[in-house]
Formats: sequence, structure tokens, C-alpha cells
Amino acid sequence: MEHIRTPKVEQVKLLDRFSNRSTTGTLHLTATHLIFVESGTSSSSAQEVWILHHHISSVEKLSLTTSGCPLLIQCRNFRVVHFVVPRERDCHDLYSSLLRLLRPVSFDELYAFSYNPKQNDQQREEGWQLIDLSAEFERMGVPCDQWHWTDVNREYKVCDSYPRDLYVPVAASKPIIVGSSKFRSKGRFPALTYFYQEKKAAVCRCSQPLSGFSARCLEDEHMLQAISKANPNSRYIYVMDTRPKLNALANRAAGKGYENEDNYSNIRFQFVGIENIHVMRASLQKLLEVVGARALSVTDYLLGLESSGWLRHIKAIVDAAIFLSKAVTAEGASVLVHCSDGWDRTAQVCSLGALLMDPYYRTLKGFMVLIEKDWISFGHKFADRCDQLDGDPKEVSPIFTQFLDCVWQLSEQFPQAFQFSEWFLIQIHEHVHSCQFGNFLCNSQRQREELQLREKTYSLWSFLLSEQHNYENPLYSAALAERNPVLEPSTQPCHFKFWTNMYHQYDRTMHPRQSLLKHLLAVRESSCALEKTAHELEAKLQKLGVSMPSLGLGSAHRPRPQSLILGTPHGHKEEDGEQEGEGLPARSDGERTVEGSSATENSYAELQGPFGAKAEPHLVSLEFGVARMTC
Amino acid sequence: MEFAELIKTPRVDGVVLHRPFMPTVEGTLCLTGHHLILSSRQDNTEELWLLHSNIDYIEKRFVGSLGTIIVKCKDLRIIQLDIPGMEECLNIASSIEALSTLDSVSLMYPFFYRPMFEVVEDGWNMFLPEEITLTLLTDEWRLSSVNKDFGVCPTYPQLVAVPKAVDDDTLRKVATFRHGGRFPVLSYYHKKNGMVMMRAGQPLTGTNGRRCKEDEKLINATLRPGKRGYIIDTRAINVAQQAKARGGGFEQEASYPQWRRIHKAIERYNILQESLIKLVEACNDQSQSMDRWLSKLEASNWQTHVKEIVTTACLAAQCIDREGASVLVHGTEGTDSTLQVTSLAQIILDPCCRTMRGFQSLVEREWLQAGHPFQQRCAQSAYSNSKARLEAPVFLLFLDCVWQVLRQFPCSFQFNEHFLVLLFEHAYASQFGTFLGNNAAERLKLKLPQKTVSLWSWVNRPQEMERFLNPLYEPNNLVIWPSVAPQSLLLWEGVFLRWNRSSKCLDEAYDEMVHIIEYNKELQSKVNALRRQLAQLETGDGLLETP
Repeated sequence: MEHIRTPKVEQVKLLDRFSNRSTTGTLHLTATHLIFVESGTSSSSAQEVWILHHHISSVEKLSLTTSGCPLLIQCRNFRVVHFVVPRERDCHDLYSSLLRLLRPVSFDELYAFSYNPKQNDQQREEGWQLIDLSAEFERMGVPCDQWHWTDVNREYKVCDSYPRDLYVPVAASKPIIVGSSKFRSKGRFPALTYFYQEKKAAVCRCSQPLSGFSARCLEDEHMLQAISKANPNSRYIYVMDTRPKLNALANRAAGKGYENEDNYSNIRFQFVGIENIHVMRASLQKLLEVVGARALSVTDYLLGLESSGWLRHIKAIVDAAIFLSKAVTAEGASVLVHCSDGWDRTAQVCSLGALLMDPYYRTLKGFMVLIEKDWISFGHKFADRCDQLDGDPKEVSPIFTQFLDCVWQLSEQFPQAFQFSEWFLIQIHEHVHSCQFGNFLCNSQRQREELQLREKTYSLWSFLLSEQHNYENPLYSAALAERNPVLEPSTQPCHFKFWTNMYHQYDRTMHPRQSLLKHLLAVRESSCALEKTAHELEAKLQKLGVSMPSLGLGSAHRPRPQSLILGTPHGHKEEDGEQEGEGLPARSDGERTVEGSSATENSYAELQGPFGAKAEPHLVSLEFGVARMTC
Repeated sequence: MEFAELIKTPRVDGVVLHRPFMPTVEGTLCLTGHHLILSSRQDNTEELWLLHSNIDYIEKRFVGSLGTIIVKCKDLRIIQLDIPGMEECLNIASSIEALSTLDSVSLMYPFFYRPMFEVVEDGWNMFLPEEITLTLLTDEWRLSSVNKDFGVCPTYPQLVAVPKAVDDDTLRKVATFRHGGRFPVLSYYHKKNGMVMMRAGQPLTGTNGRRCKEDEKLINATLRPGKRGYIIDTRAINVAQQAKARGGGFEQEASYPQWRRIHKAIERYNILQESLIKLVEACNDQSQSMDRWLSKLEASNWQTHVKEIVTTACLAAQCIDREGASVLVHGTEGTDSTLQVTSLAQIILDPCCRTMRGFQSLVEREWLQAGHPFQQRCAQSAYSNSKARLEAPVFLLFLDCVWQVLRQFPCSFQFNEHFLVLLFEHAYASQFGTFLGNNAAERLKLKLPQKTVSLWSWVNRPQEMERFLNPLYEPNNLVIWPSVAPQSLLLWEGVFLRWNRSSKCLDEAYDEMVHIIEYNKELQSKVNALRRQLAQLETGDGLLETP
């Protein structure tokens, strides 16, 4: 609290991002949140904006205007808020407090350490036990006669950014592993991440070899040989270097590089061409600049989308994942994936590839397991990439956001393949940056253990599972996944789209005014309630001595808890006065909200201004705003 | 003329058909006067029946004696036929070319088509002009038959709605002052506040600023005392200025002091046609480059046109509903961009237009009766490389805009996307007579109601209608304001990417959605039945208990 100089400022204006509307209210600064409460309206309908300090990526004080001092806040969950504070002093206080608050210097300042969801220790422990990676490898069929568990990294001595538990070919002895790890950047030697049981093909991951221009390492060559031999179905393995060739070449000068095909027997080497973290960071920044513009024209939008390169990068990642999935499922070949350090592009490609191959990862639980395995345990540097502590801004990069975007692209092409909806992806994205749960804190398992996160913080996964019904995709078909387990998406550029609901998640005016997803969830919910009512009525009738034919409808739909929150996961983002009870909520004909807007706030053109003979042809300014729709 | 003269080779065996995302079919190719038919003559294999009028363009290729014809259709599909024998291939190609470009309307398929179904409700009588407009009429409006013989305005229907205070002689005078004789007529009456939307052709002010007292009187007669109105000119101001040199122009403020004029820039014919050609070319581009796709999509300008039309329609709707003002919409002729705006504004304002029947009525009233020259505009689609003069995807753009609104309000429309796609297909090639001719006068002359079947007769049969109903529909009486941000306007995949993806996954997802909703309805009625049964039993018991 010592950083908060002014806990409360009144008469602050909140400007709408895309229109000229504004609301006036009070700004509160707490240890964890910045809160804006609209004043002057009844407390129930007052608009409230809660911004977690960790979500804020930048605060800017703009130059003084007649109405006050503007404060522009940009968040990592793509929220942009623009306040106008009447007194400059207050604004400065807020500004300097926020600057300090949004840059915590040590992990124990993070929200996760103070967040308490009123669970006891046992519940907390259960939350952490929800995901068990050794059980996951068992599900894949590992250990088996060719792959086994190794304790070589028990003390994190071989590789401090890897997990303790690792799986390697049976033929790879400890000296070979250790030798190989010395030849790999940051000691990240080839380890198993996915096993395709049907063809005994493995997906392994590692970092780049320290080959320079001519260096070689017999242990590393043995290691790759062992991976190859572990697969009886294929004489060769693929080595996917997910970097552009130029980057890999440049690395050779620094004593790193890529595998020389002459030194390794039976490998097929392939560059994939995904750009590095710096390119991705700049790309997202450009994208957000483009879509954040007011009165954006279609031309500027499409050209901006192109020049940002964002969709090009997304497509490159999906293309790489498809290559991986085809090599494994169609050719039955094992694949070794790496980039430079093997924790960014490698994580993207391995996890997305597995998602294409294995329907389990397309379930709610399976998706959590996938993230836990390929991202958290294998050491994607969440702390650095998501800027959790005041660190090097050059380390920040939206690598994980891109992964979620890729998953969304797939879910658009295969609307029934995923058990979860985009709300699930958006919610995960929210919490990767919120630092509210322990899962994504730090850069490696080792760091997490040192901080005793399991004892001091809570797990996001149990929280998400507890409100699972919010995140389900009503169209999901498990039977379909059984019939076509491997997804084969189109890679044509026209099938990649800008994810409005992610990058404009707080700009409600951009969303469809009636949400299909929300509607279907409500219908399903209503069906559950109706099933229950039907059973109760039948029971009553039976008591009265009427024999009932069985319902015969309910088999396909299992009942679910009744308390479905109809809004998106972001609590106060949506409100809907639908009445409870069975059946679809009856609507009154008089007035109803359809997440619409009113024309005046949408202002398709300025209509104000004097009438008269001299009225000139009008400069039309387009803005968007949202409000109630009345009839 | 006999079709047989054009068909040199009516039948070829061993032809292989390639279609996107479907298995190839080998079979016999037959040409009839109106169809290209390919049949494998095996059970369980779908036959291809393609209307010649649906063919936009063909390409021939030869490898040795194997000829290949690539058929590009107006519905944007591309199919490939491998035909053994060079002569056969050439014959087939020239026949297709001749048959797909017949000049005479009366040789078109609708005049030969005999329905295989019983016409229960004749679509030709469903939306008679009197009925359409009568629902709009109030004390202030009347139906005028001044255009009974199409003499005053050749592109208007026989009956039009005009202010009661204006007599037919005045209308005749106004007609001489408006492009194509298209004097201001009633397009929409907003019941909520009594405001109206009218449409017309441009005023013929010319360079010297001609005035027409009758025109001023007519449009002022639509204003309530003390109220003002808006004139929405669908052309940019400089385009409107240039029109003066050719005798056209716009309403001068001095002559229309009670009206405020707003210019919007909706593009016309060849620009739209080029835009469509570029867009379809981009969608069919097989290159894998994202940058190339986005820059081609941008260069097509299609989405810009969509945004401009939706925005202008919203503006018109805003003037009526929010400003409480009456609106007059016109461009140059008043047969294209004007209709896009007036019809889309009605979709936004009037819940009736969002029903199945209401939308058909809207198309009938604001497009067919209002004189949109379908035959000229839809003669060619995106593949034809003949010089487009009158062709333009004006109606397709309107359907695209409706789709945008439907996507943003998925529960507010009684019909679904398939229905919009159907209208697109039938506007370009059809067995039905609905979209033949360019205006009411031509249709009357062609005796379409007597000689052809109406699309509506077919669509409104319950078994067909079912496919076009939106399962999510919940009627609401609201004005629906769409977002016009570029991020909110998507490429209409259902039309433009329809043939370069497999629709299987999306179709199955749609079926599942229908299933979820149907199941809910079933349960609802079951619960209601149980409740009734229980209530009966309980009241029955109650009777027994009371002595």
C-alpha cells in the first residue's frame, strides 16, 4: 500500500475508445486493482471497470486538455482505457503509483500470493493434483519397450529449464544424454513430448545444437540415432528447425546452428521459417495500433493487417504443426523439433501438432494437460514473455497468445472438434497475464518449486473446471473425434481470420450483437432444466398411479449444474435479464436488450449541426458505441 | 431457332468430371437445350445437372487427344470435364458457349421448365403491388395508377404510393424532372413515428440549376408541419456535381430549404463488377502467401463497398428512427445504390422484413417492382472476360450486407444464410421466372406469370422452406443497429469461399445446432403435456375430495 498516494479520485471521465461518449465516475486505486465506478446512476446499473495491476502493460500521461489530464492505460488483455482526471496533481499521483504498482520487482509481490479463493489446504492441494503429467505419458503408452522415464534431471543439474521427469529412448544411456545436453543450447537435450502409439512415432523436442561451422558430438548423434531406432516403422526421423534458414545460419557464427545431415545418419532436415520473439512482439504491436484506430477504413484495416504480418505468422505456425502431424500420422516417422532455445517456437509447434493428432487435447481437461506439458513443464519462459516482473522489455513476446490464436483458427475450421469454446481460450489468456494463479508464474519448474507455488498459490485449472459449463462448446462431438481423430485443416490464407473476440474482447461494439454461443448454451441449459422437470412430473404422475412411457430423449444430453452464468467469463462484461425457470426465457415484448446499440451512439454520420441553406456536403465521421436497443 | 442446331455432339462417353472437394465421376456427358448433364449411370453416384445459363465462362485445353473443358459458373463454382477426343471436346465447348449466351429471353429455361411439384400457393400472386403497398397506407398516402401503361415511368410498376395531397398531373410533371421519370415514391412507412422513406431518380437540374415547383411540392408534402427531412444522395458530392453536366444533378438548398442533403459514396456498375472479379480471383488464388491474399482482398475493395452500403442504410434508418425525420434516397437512376440503401434500411428498421415472407416481399417490392434491371446486371458474373457494360453485382452486394447484419444478429432473422445464397444463385441462373426481365413492364410483356413458375412458389413449400428457416429465430420488434467497423464486417465465406473448402464440417455443425434447438422444443412440449395431465388429475382428485 505504500505506493499508493491517492487512493480515490472523483469526477474522473472514462472516454469510450471508439466514440465520443464518456462516463463520469470515481477512480479507486487499491493494492491489486484500479477500479472505476460510474457515478450518478443507481448502484445496480452503474458501470464498473476493474483493472488488475498485472494486466496493465503501459500507462501514459497525455498532455493537459481543458477538461483535465488524460491518462491512457493499455492492458495485456487488449483492454484500452482512457481516463480524464480533472486535477493534474491527482493524475500525476495516479500515474506514478501505477508505474510502481505495475512493475513488481519480486515474485512475492504478485497477486497470486495474496489471492485467496476461500479454499482450504486440501482443496488447494487437490487443485494442484488435477493435472498429472506422468499419467499423461501413461495415457500415450509411455513407458514402453522403446521409451522409458529417466531421472537424469532429478536435481535439475543437466538442464535447469527442463522438468525433473523426462522420457527418453531406452537405448539412450545417461552418458549419452549428458553428452548430448552439453552439445545443446542451455542443456536442452532431445526429450519425448508426444508419443503416437498407433505408429510408435515420437515427437521429441530440444534446443539448437552447438555445432558452429564444424563441431560435432558423438553422443548427440547417438541420441538422434536412438530416437530413430525406437521407431520400427520408419528408417528416418525428421529434424524440424522451426526457424527461418537465415536465422539458423547466423547462429552458426555464434557457435550454435543446426544439424549437419552428413553427421547424423538417416535424418531429414527441414527448416520451417517461424520468426523470432522480436518480430512477433513488433507484429502484435503493429496489429493493435491498426485495429485501435478510430474511424478505421476497410483499406487501412486490411493493409494494416497485412503489414503487421500477424496472420502470416499465425499461418506459419499452423503450417509447421501440420507438417509435424503429417510426418507422424501419415508417414509414421518420428520428429525432433527445435528452434534456438527450444522454448518458444518449439513449444508452439509441438503443442499445436499434438492438438491436430490427438483428440484428447481438444477436450477441456486435455487442453490443460497440453499446456501444462508443452508450455509450463518444458520451460516456456512465462515470466519473461508475459512481463510478470519488471524485466527486460526485449524478452516480452506474445508467443503463447499466438498459440491460442492458432487453436482458435482451428476451432473455426472444425466447429465440432473442440470441447471448449473461444471463451475458454480467452479466459486462459486472461490468467496467463493476471498472475492470480500460480500456474504460469516464473520461467521454469525449478523456479516454481523454489517459490513453493503449490503451497502458496492456487491452480487455475481447478478454478476453470469448477465453471466448466461456461467454457463448453455446445456443438462438440466426441463421436466425430473418434471417427476422424486427426485434423487436417486448410492452409489457404483465406481461411485465417482476425480474432475479433480476442483482440477486441473489451470493445463490445465490435462483437456480434447476439451471441450464437451464448444462445446455444442457454438452450442447452434450458434443456437440462426441462429434463429435470419432466422427470419430476413423471414421478408425481406415477405416484398418482399413471404409468409413464420412458422419456426417451435425454440420453444424448447429460444433465449439468443449473447455475449457468450466461455471460462471458468476464463477470460484469455481459448482463442479461433473462428469467429463470424452465423453457427458453420468455421475453417481454416492450423493451429488450439485444446487445445492440442505439443509432445515436453508433452515429453512422453526424446529424447534428445547423440546418440551413448553406449546409455543406457533410464530412461523415463514423464511430461505434454500444448501448441498449429499445423499440 | 432449334436448340438442336447448336448441339453438334449431344453425347460423349467416358467423360471425367472433377469438382472441388468431391470425388471424380466418370460417365456420359449429355447436352440438352438447357442443361449440361453428366451421369455415371451407376447407382448412388450423384449426377451433375448444370444449367447452361449458369455458365459464365469456359476454357479449353488439350493434351494429345484428351480435351479438357474448365467450366466457370455464375455461382462461382469451377468444374473440370475431361473429354476424350478432340473433335467431341471442341463441339461440346462451342455448344456450351452458344447455349449459355442465348440472346432471346423467351428461349430461357424458365419458359420450358415444368414444375415437378404441385404449386399450392402461386408466387406470382403472393405479392401483388396493391397488397404490398396497401399495408403501408395511411391517411396521408394513396395509390396512384398514373403509370398504368408505363408511360410516365417505364421502370416503375403500374401502381405507386404517393402523398395524398399530390394529384396525378403533378406526378406527370415531376416525372419529367427526375431521371428516367422516377418521381419520388413511398418506399417505407415507419409505423413507430410516422416517418417515411422515399426513393427517386436524380433531379434533372442540369448546369443552370433548373427547378421544378411540383417536385418541391411533392416532397414537401411528405413532411409533417415544422418537421425537416434528409435527402441521402448515394453519390459522392463530386460525382453528383459532374452529373449536372449531363443534365442530372441534386437538390439545391435554396429550392429545398426544409431538407438537408447528405452525400455518401456508393460505387456503381463497372467499378462493382471489377471489384467482384478481383475478389473472386483473390479467393481462387492457390498461392499460399498471406500477404498476397490480404493485399488482393484489399485491392478488390469489396469489403469497402459492403461497409459503405451498410453505413448509408444505417444512416437512413437513423434519420428516420432516431431523428424522427423523413428521408428521400436517390443516386443517379435510382435503380441500384438507391435500392440497396432503402431495402437494407428496412431490414434494420422493420422486423417484418426479417421474416421469411417479409423478406420475399421486400425483394419483390424494393427490387423487382422498383425496377432493378436484374437481367442486365446479372447477365455475367465474376469469370466472364467480355467487356462488362451493364453487369454489376448490385443485388449480390445487398445480399452480402444482409448477411453481415444476420451474422451480427443471428437470432433476429427467420431465414438463414442458405436462403440468401439461394437468392444469389437464382438471380444469376434459374429455372424460375422471378428474376427475368428488367422491370415490371418487361415482365408483363413476357407474360411471366402465365408462362413461368415463380421462385416463391417453390421456396414456400413447407418441405423446401424448412431448409431456409433459421432455427435460432426469436421474433423481436426492435430496430437492429449493426456495427460497421471493418473488424465486424467479414468476408462472406458462404458465397466466396464456398467452393474452395469442404463444407462437411460446417454443415455437420449446423445440423448439430438444429438438433440442440429441436430437442429443447420437444422437451418443452413434453413438459407442457405432463403439466396438463397432472393438472387434470389433480383437479379430478380435488373434485373427488370435496363432497
